[in-house]
Amino acid sequence: MFGLFFLFPLYAMADFSTRNLIAGGRTWRAWANLFADQALYQAIVVSLLLAVFTVAAMLVLLVPTMIWVRLRAPWAKGLVEFMCLLPLTIPALVIVVGLRNVYLWVTYFLGESALTLTFVYVVIVLPFAYRAIDAALSAIDLQTLSEAARSLGAGWLTTITRVVVPNIWSGILSAAFISIAVVLGEFTIASLSGYETLQVQIVLIGKSDGPTSVAASLATLLFGFVLLLILSLVTRGRRNVGVTV
Amino acid sequence: MSLARRLRDSLPLLPFLTVVVIFLIIPTATVVVGSVYTDGVFSLDRIEALFTGTALSALLDSVLLSGATALLGAVFGAVMAWLIVSSPSTSMVRRAVLSLCSVLAQFGGVALAFAFLATVGLNGVLTLWVQQVFGFNLAGSGWLYSLSGLILVYTYFQIPLMVIVFVPALEGLREQWREAAVSLGASTWAYWREVAIPLLTPAFLGSALLLFANAFAAYATAAALVSQGSPILPLLIRASLVSEVVLGQAGFAYALALEMIVVVAVVMAAYNLLVRRSSRWLS
Repeated sequence: MFGLFFLFPLYAMADFSTRNLIAGGRTWRAWANLFADQALYQAIVVSLLLAVFTVAAMLVLLVPTMIWVRLRAPWAKGLVEFMCLLPLTIPALVIVVGLRNVYLWVTYFLGESALTLTFVYVVIVLPFAYRAIDAALSAIDLQTLSEAARSLGAGWLTTITRVVVPNIWSGILSAAFISIAVVLGEFTIASLSGYETLQVQIVLIGKSDGPTSVAASLATLLFGFVLLLILSLVTRGRRNVGVTV
Repeated sequence: MSLARRLRDSLPLLPFLTVVVIFLIIPTATVVVGSVYTDGVFSLDRIEALFTGTALSALLDSVLLSGATALLGAVFGAVMAWLIVSSPSTSMVRRAVLSLCSVLAQFGGVALAFAFLATVGLNGVLTLWVQQVFGFNLAGSGWLYSLSGLILVYTYFQIPLMVIVFVPALEGLREQWREAAVSLGASTWAYWREVAIPLLTPAFLGSALLLFANAFAAYATAAALVSQGSPILPLLIRASLVSEVVLGQAGFAYALALEMIVVVAVVMAAYNLLVRRSSRWLS
């Protein structure tokens, strides 16, 4: 029963996107459009770039902060955790409503580019990334590791990049994969700020060319599915993939 | 610890805090302030406008949609979670189902709208099939674009979300408790009634609240499905953001967004209370 309810719409997407509406029979035109349609292809590139930038910014911002909090500023743990989980309580829709003024400044300094969405996306992925990295940090003896590295003469940068990061690799991988999935699926903020990312473009195209939109939607779902499945295989043994809300 | 040392130790936290403050706290504060200040003058007009006509009916429809899908999602999701937990934890099927659930629950958005357009839309696969076999139009009257359509589509991501949040609670039920109950002479039914269900109730209610908040704040699916009109709160926010003249009042979006914060915050606070309660046993 559940299988039917969940898999039928996915099957319908596959069927719908390969159906030739005019002549009947099968066609791959909608799938070819993912690359052939200039606007859609551009949007895919923008979204992929956004995903890469967001992951990079998130890691640079979050990993050193979380390590520092554990080692030297334990009094700030509650604050950092609260900040990281706050986006779960404040919907993306609310953020975008209040974002106008902030973005006037951002575009003033950095110019009008969809890539400026990176900043907001970093905030959006914080809850997911925090949980994944926090779980990995809890599993190692951070204090001993860093003291050993420091006493052998390593600076903070070396300690973090060459000693701690290799030990929390699975957590970083989870954080990165989940962030990629979030960014590729994000629609609310991009559409209301007027930037053309993948999801925005899918909706735009849907008004004139249904099959192409359905093909692109199915492609993003499959991509996310494969990403999370790989993740669950890589982080084998741990109970939870780190994707809980 | 001296103050100077403490200040020095908090310096490395600055980049993180700066980004969060600028891109999360300031937008939220803008919404709160913007809903009670009009051109620098304090006024409750926008708040009052929340309780009239369009805004009120959008709120009621949103509550109805979130409540209905939270209930459906919680019940069916709990059953599905139970089915998943009874399978071995390393099985490929289980991994695949859980991955699929998290994709649908959290990253679906726009894609889910198109999934249902392809299924029961005007030219949908199921629509054409029903048309051929039974000769009636499943997509007739465009119900997919109304509240009942939204309930169907939302249920499609609420059930997987329930699975994801409820599986850990079910895994927390220890086998020893069942054995203890059985060795004291309890039947399976008595075990469920006296042990498992009381233990799971806070987790179940908490998850249902989370589902409610999730549906209440969801935007992408509804926006992709309903391109005109604004039957629910998130779509009304879109309308007032885009046109800025809804109800003859600029900045009304702030008040609507504040309303959304308040509802979600209250629900999430209740959720946290229940989670604390259930984690005493199931952790």
